[in-house]
Amino acid sequence: MRQGLTWFNIASLLLGFLFLYLPIALLIIYSFNESRLVTVWAGFSTKWYAEMLQNQGLLNAGWVTLKVAFTSSCFATVLGTMAGLIMSRFGSFHGRTLFSGMIYAPLVMPEVITGLSLLLMFVAVALDRGFVTVTLAHITFSMCYVAVVVQSRLAGFDRSIEEAAMDLGCPPGRTFFQITLPIIAPAVVAGWLLSFTLSLDDLVIASFTTGPGATTLPMKIYSQVRLGVTPEINAVCTILVGLVATGVLTASLITRRQEMRREAEERQAIANS
Amino acid sequence: MSGAGTASNQARSGSSAARQRWAPWEDPNEKPHVRIVGVTKRFGDFVAVDNVSLDIYKREFFSLLGPSGCGKTTLLRMLAGFETPSEGQILLEGEDMSGVPPYERPVNMMFQSYALFPHMSVEKNIAFGLKQDRVPKAEIDRRVAEVIEMVQLGQFAKRKPHQLSGGQKQRVALARSLVKKPKMLLLDEPLGALDKNLRTQTQFELMNIQEETGITFVIVTHDQEEAMTVSSRIAVMDHGRIVQVSTPGELYEAPLTRYVADFIGEVNILEGRGAQREGDHLVLQCPDAGCAIQTGPYAEDGGDESLWIALRPEKVRISKEPPADSSRNCMTGEVWDIGYLGNLSTYHVKLDSGKMITATQANMARLIERPITWEDRVYLTWAPDAAVVLRD
Amino acid sequence: MSSSPPPAAPATAPQAAVESPEVARQGTQKLLKYLVIAVPYLWLLAFFLAPFLIVLKISLVEVRVAMPPYSELITFVEDGWIAFHGSLENYLWLWDDPLYINSYLSSLKIAATSTVLTLLVGYPIAYGMARAPRRWRFALLMLVILPFWTSFLIRVYAWIGILKKEGLLNLALTHLGLISEPLTILNTDIAVYIGIVYSYLPFMVLPLYANLEKMDLSLLEAAADLGCRPIKAFWVVTVPLSMTGIVAGCFLVFIPAVGEFVIPDLLGGSETLMIGKTLWTEFFNNRDWPVSSAVAVILLLVLIIPIVLFQRQQQRSAEAEA
Ligand SMILES: Nc1ncnc2c1ncn2[C@@H]1O[C@H](COP(=O)(O)OP(=O)(O)OP(=O)(O)O)[C@@H](O)[C@H]1O
Ligand SMILES: [Mg+2]
Repeated sequence: MRQGLTWFNIASLLLGFLFLYLPIALLIIYSFNESRLVTVWAGFSTKWYAEMLQNQGLLNAGWVTLKVAFTSSCFATVLGTMAGLIMSRFGSFHGRTLFSGMIYAPLVMPEVITGLSLLLMFVAVALDRGFVTVTLAHITFSMCYVAVVVQSRLAGFDRSIEEAAMDLGCPPGRTFFQITLPIIAPAVVAGWLLSFTLSLDDLVIASFTTGPGATTLPMKIYSQVRLGVTPEINAVCTILVGLVATGVLTASLITRRQEMRREAEERQAIANS
Repeated sequence: MSGAGTASNQARSGSSAARQRWAPWEDPNEKPHVRIVGVTKRFGDFVAVDNVSLDIYKREFFSLLGPSGCGKTTLLRMLAGFETPSEGQILLEGEDMSGVPPYERPVNMMFQSYALFPHMSVEKNIAFGLKQDRVPKAEIDRRVAEVIEMVQLGQFAKRKPHQLSGGQKQRVALARSLVKKPKMLLLDEPLGALDKNLRTQTQFELMNIQEETGITFVIVTHDQEEAMTVSSRIAVMDHGRIVQVSTPGELYEAPLTRYVADFIGEVNILEGRGAQREGDHLVLQCPDAGCAIQTGPYAEDGGDESLWIALRPEKVRISKEPPADSSRNCMTGEVWDIGYLGNLSTYHVKLDSGKMITATQANMARLIERPITWEDRVYLTWAPDAAVVLRD
Repeated sequence: MSSSPPPAAPATAPQAAVESPEVARQGTQKLLKYLVIAVPYLWLLAFFLAPFLIVLKISLVEVRVAMPPYSELITFVEDGWIAFHGSLENYLWLWDDPLYINSYLSSLKIAATSTVLTLLVGYPIAYGMARAPRRWRFALLMLVILPFWTSFLIRVYAWIGILKKEGLLNLALTHLGLISEPLTILNTDIAVYIGIVYSYLPFMVLPLYANLEKMDLSLLEAAADLGCRPIKAFWVVTVPLSMTGIVAGCFLVFIPAVGEFVIPDLLGGSETLMIGKTLWTEFFNNRDWPVSSAVAVILLLVLIIPIVLFQRQQQRSAEAEA
């Protein structure tokens, strides 16, 4: 069997990626449409972007979303890193099974259930719904994602590196900050980015747990989408897609570049010896 | 390297004769550096290390030798403090080490995978241990430079681990564990990842460094040749137990059990019965060999049960002429197979009883002139000392 | 053999004095360890387990016009007695009203169908990626992952403009002369299938790709050498070997699809029943918290079987690799 591509492989890749990217491409293109009608191309224009910037409700929602995403992803990264560390490095302790259950369950739990249960709890403890409650909810499910990312990174690196540090006189706490954390830093950063985008994206859980004055951007988009497709929403979506795509591409290209340089250096070292 | 000033060390370095005489384990007045007393380690139901007792003396180059999974790493990790013994005690210079965490033990370990910190340069890796002890900056610099010199890594000091080859990484790992001048250095298969040539070269460097620094080395290996080359003494392990602790020579010449005889080098094993004492040795009847066997010196009486005898192939003489006395220490058979190894030839001889015996001969003459060939009828003889009685 | 006499008892008075700060330090280390465990543990207990227990509780009480809009499960009556007011009425209600049972069944059906469709779309893509030249693979992988990072809501929204009656798909098909009347796709189950396949495609492709990429290509050569044609070799060698990837991908699509809300709500019609949507309506429109809670409890019970199966399968394949 040849390693190369057959026409069938090429066709399935082309069609597959067309399917994945065409809808988003169309959405972006039509955000620059002059006409309000989505299906009629009436010439290039950026007027919907200008209009979007006039829409105070949309801007407020965007600001709330950014604040929630930033706060929750920072907390989630700290808590999730701790959880990942516990699962892969702390051996067995009482209630470990329950703990790992609580880490994995939110990943597969339908969002409607997570949202509903958090809301009912906030009502039960009479916590006013708003910025704080959305943030708490987002921390809770994001930290589980961070924990899984960090845990898989920890599982992949040689534990004897940490043992070597302790062997050389470094107590466990310091070992974490001087050795473990620098090595797992890429996973921690990836975990933060993941939390940030999850929070940015969330509609269902936010709808349950938020209150007056803390409407998030997805909620705003959702309520307008129900009324029909508008070029203005296309413009907002384009900006969001652009931001995320740039961020993810840059991050992955940087790590890729580093990896390649590292590989080249490794080859060099072996060749030189 | 400084710190090599004591009398016993001076006596040791110098001539190899002096080195051979250096045997603190035979001196009842010498205090062991490390005592392992009845140590057992269980993982669940599985016994990884089984009631091991061992004394290791200062400045020894001590090897743990055994097949994969026999508990060598586990024993070493208990010495380093990463595992706690399920039973028994480990004493370092008379002090009980139980409850002392790895970061407070005056013992350093060199890991099988090297475990270099990937985000630190060679220098930083080596300095790490000294920084933990809050050694003044100037002294850190001096000591790091000193060990870098010793392991010849000068031009690589600023590199990161991934920019080094396997052999260089191995040196960094060694330097990093040496720089704290531990009371004992534990090495887990330090040469396992190196190719054959580099291995032999590094073995001698390790011996030199050990001698220069005077640190007690405990090394794990499953390469018997390596253990024979570097060690002052070797402990052979099997299924978590220690089977024999001896100097390399003793281990080869006087193995205690069939397991050890078989593990170290090649050996012919014969079964003998009806032991009769004659002076300091025994005479056994051996139906397999078809003759009586006079053994080397052996203190115990055999009794009625069968005994095992080890006979190294290179101690067996092979000849087409019958010896003067063929009733004792003389087997006859037919050459079944010949292996030519260049310097040596290995003869597989099938005895009349059907048993196969291996004999090796140095190739003095050229190949074509080889006097013995396939299907020749030959006589195998050996000096009485060569037949070693085994315990089981 | 070194036979060592038992050591002299080392516990002398001065040593004990030396040991005490050491014991204290180890105490601090232990405390630190439990502190690190306690923080995320308590957080999850408070914000994951406790809320769930509250859902369970509220599913047992009845709706009331008040804030909060449900009755008490336990009340304190005089003399320190407590009264328990729970009942399974809400669950019986779910059983009696066909809406709920139909929603559950229809969710399972839609999720299963779209899982199969996602597999059919995803397998050729993953296969093509795994056989692509090594230097392309990173780029292809990025192309699959990138949509996963962009907003779910936006990706679903993008399809509305395409699928609606006067949308881009109908426009294109009419222009090409393939149809004379515009098709009704939006607000039907078909639109929901498209939405799920589109949104969850990366979840299918990634495990499949990871699996196919590891496959030893010499196995196919061996099959060809033994007289097996390429198409047959695909079915008897490649597919069975990628089974763990197929199973993982299917679970990763099926499980979240069952509880999906956004896709059926935006792309589906009024007759598209999915349990996530039913729960949402029950909660936000009917304001019946106890019944919503009962729906949630049952949904979780429905999902537990595939989740446990998935967990088992993951564990097995992790063990097989180790
Ligand atoms: N943490 C552990 N839990 C359970 N079993 C273990 C653990 N560590 C080691 N073992 C078991 O103990 C036995 C001895 O292991 P050890 O690593 O000491 O062997 P070894 O002699 O070093 O072998 P090798 O030469 O392959 O390195 C093995 O059978 C291993 O499976
Ligand atoms: Mg080992």
